[in-house]
Amino acid sequence: MVSNNFEYFAPETFDEAARLLAKYRDDGKIVAGGYSLIPLMKLRLASPSVLIDIGGIDELRSITSNGGGLSVGSMATYYEISRSAAVQSAAPALAEAAGQVADVQVRNRGTIGGSLAHSDPAGDLPAVFLALGGTIVAKTRRGSREIAADRFFVDLLTTALRPTEIITEIRFPSAGARSGSAYAKFANKASHYAVAGVAALVTLGADGTVTDARVAVTGVGSKATRAKRTERILKGKEPTASVIRRASDRAAVELAGDVTDDIHASAEYREHLAKVMAENAITSAVERAGG
Amino acid sequence: MSYEITVSVNGTEYTDSVEPRLLLADYLRDTLGLTGTHIGCDTTSCGACTILLDGSSVKSCTLFAVQANGHSVTTVEGLAKDGELHPVQAAFHEEHGLQCGFCTPGMMISIAQLLDRNPNPTEAEIREGILGNLCRCTGYHNIVKAAQTAAQTAAGGS
Repeated sequence: MVSNNFEYFAPETFDEAARLLAKYRDDGKIVAGGYSLIPLMKLRLASPSVLIDIGGIDELRSITSNGGGLSVGSMATYYEISRSAAVQSAAPALAEAAGQVADVQVRNRGTIGGSLAHSDPAGDLPAVFLALGGTIVAKTRRGSREIAADRFFVDLLTTALRPTEIITEIRFPSAGARSGSAYAKFANKASHYAVAGVAALVTLGADGTVTDARVAVTGVGSKATRAKRTERILKGKEPTASVIRRASDRAAVELAGDVTDDIHASAEYREHLAKVMAENAITSAVERAGG
Repeated sequence: MSYEITVSVNGTEYTDSVEPRLLLADYLRDTLGLTGTHIGCDTTSCGACTILLDGSSVKSCTLFAVQANGHSVTTVEGLAKDGELHPVQAAFHEEHGLQCGFCTPGMMISIAQLLDRNPNPTEAEIREGILGNLCRCTGYHNIVKAAQTAAQTAAGGS
């Protein structure tokens, strides 16, 4: 399959990439690893007339952590994220999800920035980004702004990113002591996209009750979505198996009316899988929090 | 519209003027004549087109050749050195790790990548390592055996 033709730029600095995107705006498209965009271009579902390749901008690849949290460069690959000691320790759900994306070749090439910007309804990282309460740093030629996870995913394949903005970094706050996070998914056997995937972050108080919980579901609806009902049931309670089960049973409530029904799973089955994956993710997160 | 690229393929530098939309898999096969890299599904699923890009396995049907500009590519033709089969190739021969052979180049590159990162993988790790490669003959059993044999050979065993 052959895409439409396009003009290609491979800037070596961020400023040059931002200048090109400002110049071409809607005609231009940023390509990171390309494993979401190029398939769409080959099917001619996307036909940008200018492709701006940010693969050569090394400053976008770094992964660092300090007391304040974790910073992941937008061009960090799934493989690098899954193997990073900093990520494994600060955000285990992120390392876990990155290590389950598609297959080895896709993990070698695909990037966190690309995944979030593409906002695939069955992508793994959007759920983790929501559950961990991450922040996107989006820059243009003129300045930068931060976009909170809860405001980033707008609709199917649609984000709050503006036409001239490029994601440079994804920040995850430090979850603090007695916190644990996990990601669980039921993968499509062929593509390994999430039929249902759930990310959970749980924080326990000194008395062992849940002081904070963030849970997000992907693969089930048109975009990754917080399971706020599930979170509310967990908060303030001791996370026993029956409490986790009762909370997980509400994991797809926010997606009512928007549950995908396709050849891979009926809407009813997807909802069921969301509950099971929620239970698995929350149980692991509680264990990691020391509960 | 054309763009000049220089790519090191199996240790040889090639400079060509290409259309930006030319896929890396087509560049390797049609421009360079390296037809060992196969194109199966053309949709990033089957892994027949797997090559190493700067030492990392990737699916070359989902890369434009221009993205490889200034980078180094290893195809199945680059696995053997000085007339000696690569341990993974020798193991595929030994264990009958192929039937029709279509998936074989991609499988061998994926297993070479796996053993490079994990010289002593378990069977589960081998199966995880070839998750992105489909064998329509369903000959996975001997492919896994070939990976195990290659790991032993590379470790100096018999």
